[in-house]
Amino acid sequence: MTVANHQALKAVFQRIREQADQRKTADTDGAVPKITIGMATCGIAAGAIETKQTFEQALAERRVEAQIYTVGCIGHCYAEPVVIIDHPDSGFAPIFYHNVTAGKAKMLVRQFLIEGDPCFEHIYGAMETNEMIPSVTEFDRFNQEVRVVMEKCGHINPEEIDDYLVSGGYSGLAQALQMAPEDIVAAIQHAGLRGRGGAGFSTGRKWALAREAESLEKVVICNADEGDPGAYMDRTIIESNPHQVLEGMAICARAVGAHQGIIYVRAEYPLAVKIMTRAIAQAETMGILGRHIFETDFNFRIKLFQGSGAFVCGEETGMIRSIEGYRGMPQHRPPYPVVNGLKGQPTVINNVKTLACVPPIIEKGYSWFRSIGTEESPGTAIFSVVGDVVHAGLVEIPMGVTLRELIFDICGGIPNQKAFKAVQIGGPSGGCLPAAFLDTPIDFDSLTQAGAMMGSGGMVVMDEDTCVADVSRYFLDFTQNESCGKCTFCRIGTRHLLDILERITKGEGQDDDLQRLQDLSLDIKKGSLCGLGKTAPNPILTSIRYFKEDYDAHLKEGRCPGLVCRPLIAYYIDLDKCARGCDACVGCCPTNAVFTTSTRKKGIDQQLCVKCGECVVACPPEYDAVRKVSPPHLVPAIERPAQPENAEDA
Amino acid sequence: MNDVLTSEEKAILADIQQYLSESKRDRSRLIPVLQYIQARLAYIPYQSIALVAAHFNLAPAEVYGVASFYNQFRFNPPGKYPVKVCLGTACHVKGADIILENFERKLEIKEGETTPDREFSIERVACVGCCALAPVALLGESVHGNMAPSKVEGIFTRIQVEKEMEARQKSEK
Repeated sequence: MTVANHQALKAVFQRIREQADQRKTADTDGAVPKITIGMATCGIAAGAIETKQTFEQALAERRVEAQIYTVGCIGHCYAEPVVIIDHPDSGFAPIFYHNVTAGKAKMLVRQFLIEGDPCFEHIYGAMETNEMIPSVTEFDRFNQEVRVVMEKCGHINPEEIDDYLVSGGYSGLAQALQMAPEDIVAAIQHAGLRGRGGAGFSTGRKWALAREAESLEKVVICNADEGDPGAYMDRTIIESNPHQVLEGMAICARAVGAHQGIIYVRAEYPLAVKIMTRAIAQAETMGILGRHIFETDFNFRIKLFQGSGAFVCGEETGMIRSIEGYRGMPQHRPPYPVVNGLKGQPTVINNVKTLACVPPIIEKGYSWFRSIGTEESPGTAIFSVVGDVVHAGLVEIPMGVTLRELIFDICGGIPNQKAFKAVQIGGPSGGCLPAAFLDTPIDFDSLTQAGAMMGSGGMVVMDEDTCVADVSRYFLDFTQNESCGKCTFCRIGTRHLLDILERITKGEGQDDDLQRLQDLSLDIKKGSLCGLGKTAPNPILTSIRYFKEDYDAHLKEGRCPGLVCRPLIAYYIDLDKCARGCDACVGCCPTNAVFTTSTRKKGIDQQLCVKCGECVVACPPEYDAVRKVSPPHLVPAIERPAQPENAEDA
Repeated sequence: MNDVLTSEEKAILADIQQYLSESKRDRSRLIPVLQYIQARLAYIPYQSIALVAAHFNLAPAEVYGVASFYNQFRFNPPGKYPVKVCLGTACHVKGADIILENFERKLEIKEGETTPDREFSIERVACVGCCALAPVALLGESVHGNMAPSKVEGIFTRIQVEKEMEARQKSEK
């Protein structure tokens, strides 16, 4: 491209951006209060639609003028539905409200928007530093995060391309189009960006290989087939800021010389599919995607493919088979997809997060990216931290932060005064780490060394009431189901692993089961073609390494230390604590296992009990009479009085 | 596999045949076509597999092989109120299997089945994506967070009440 062309391109981009700016300013009325509601899947699940409707209704009923603005997810799942109200006339800075139910919404309209009282008891924090309300940036959950990928998530409307443009979007692409493709590849290589899908392969190297591959047609695929049953950051990014992903894809296409792109999104994410489809259409109408991007000679079309839910399709070759219309079974590599991929064309497959990292790198330069994170793993990591943790949700942190800082400082630690037991990182491919590893820095290599794995970024925190044997069984149940069946070791081996774990968690384990699990695990790792089989035994291997005493308790004593494995536990009612005539537990029992003793206290029929634990919840805290024990034979015998004969008729 | 189609389903199937005759025979269209069928019928009846196989010039077994590989496709009709219990990691740690068991006991069907009156069906799903609300169950489109066995009872009571109210409204008209 010549210098004159560069100037023309700049002018075109400038024009597009100014038009977006004008449309935005015409849309917004500065004086009117602005109500921002998080409406990604998580917010909707927590009731954001109802909250929004209530706001609309209340505003209409009371004739209050305000603008309702829907955004994606800000990442604070524990606080959903999240509402931010900017009421300039009140003199307060924009305020973050958490758990805004319909009732709270009504109250906020009346008390805050009309009467000017921001309802201090319901405030989470102000969005800006000010003198009246503590700002959210004073909380660890906000100020320790560094947002590269999720910077705009929860702040812009994902359904409007104007929002993205106004906040600086697509300038990375405009810049990339003025660079030589080799320079783009070099920038990504210098930035040290590593694939965020789990394995951590150098993105720059992948692009360089694809660029070198000789072919008329090349393909860029965005991997949004998030299959880990506890990770949802890809979905959140697409639902909150789809254009950053599209921009990353376009830059990648420019760098490697591709003209077609495919986004592989799970069909189980209907909202993500809808938002992405709309985003592609908008970008095409504005000349940002499609033919002659920014009126240059660069063409790049993106199509959306809905994945049908197979974990193994997250593997590159499996995904390609699936797009081609076959069972998504992985293929032998080499040849790698960058040389011979979709329909034989060189294909770059990058994860959503990887591609979303690209525009900021081009825009702000690779040394900026390198300044975040560690030497070997620059940039940020996104985790969905869930389980027994106070502030669950999506967290983006610089690489190198320790697990302790992430779990205890940023996410608020373990609720209910319980002790930390383990953290599971990387989902079905990862491992369980004990408290001794809490000071491990989070980066690709340290986690792999500890036996876990960055993986998809799922992080499940577990307190003392968890059983790691049961967690391993859960993951094996998952991988066994998802094994495509191509490699014998993976297909049959995982089945055997699951069988052994099932009998251990039932208390029927055999003496040499632990050894058998370990041997078989190593065989499966060696005998499997793709990442699924190679990593499927990880949860078992790490949990045996770090929590052997848990397995021993199951095997030798028939006891589950976490009181989780239901065949190994039992509930009973402590008669010294049970209150005469209280029927709370009777009403809640789904199988009528609770009976009344001759002293009008309660007992549990062990034959009928399904061990659901409802009676523990129902028992009033002042009595706290229901006990859980393992092994089950510790239950004291409580005589059940003979049923009156006409009980059936009554 | 269910062999009996309702007349409504037959009409949709004819529609699908029309749709097929207008679409390309390229193999990469196979999964989108199956998704289209499921979107129309809520499941993939055997009859439709035969249609698709003929269209793509494949053996029905090949088409079934692809469809059964993916979790998205189901081969029996879902209930009017499909129950989906999330068994993602967070939900599992918080006792989702107990919730699933309660639905199974209450409806007297197993996971993956539909009640004979086609009112309810139970499915397990991997991560709905609202882990902070675990354990989670979906009834139709509505999400029920922080599930407990007693809430299972509550959900069915509510449906029962809603049905009775609907019936009353109809009879009043």
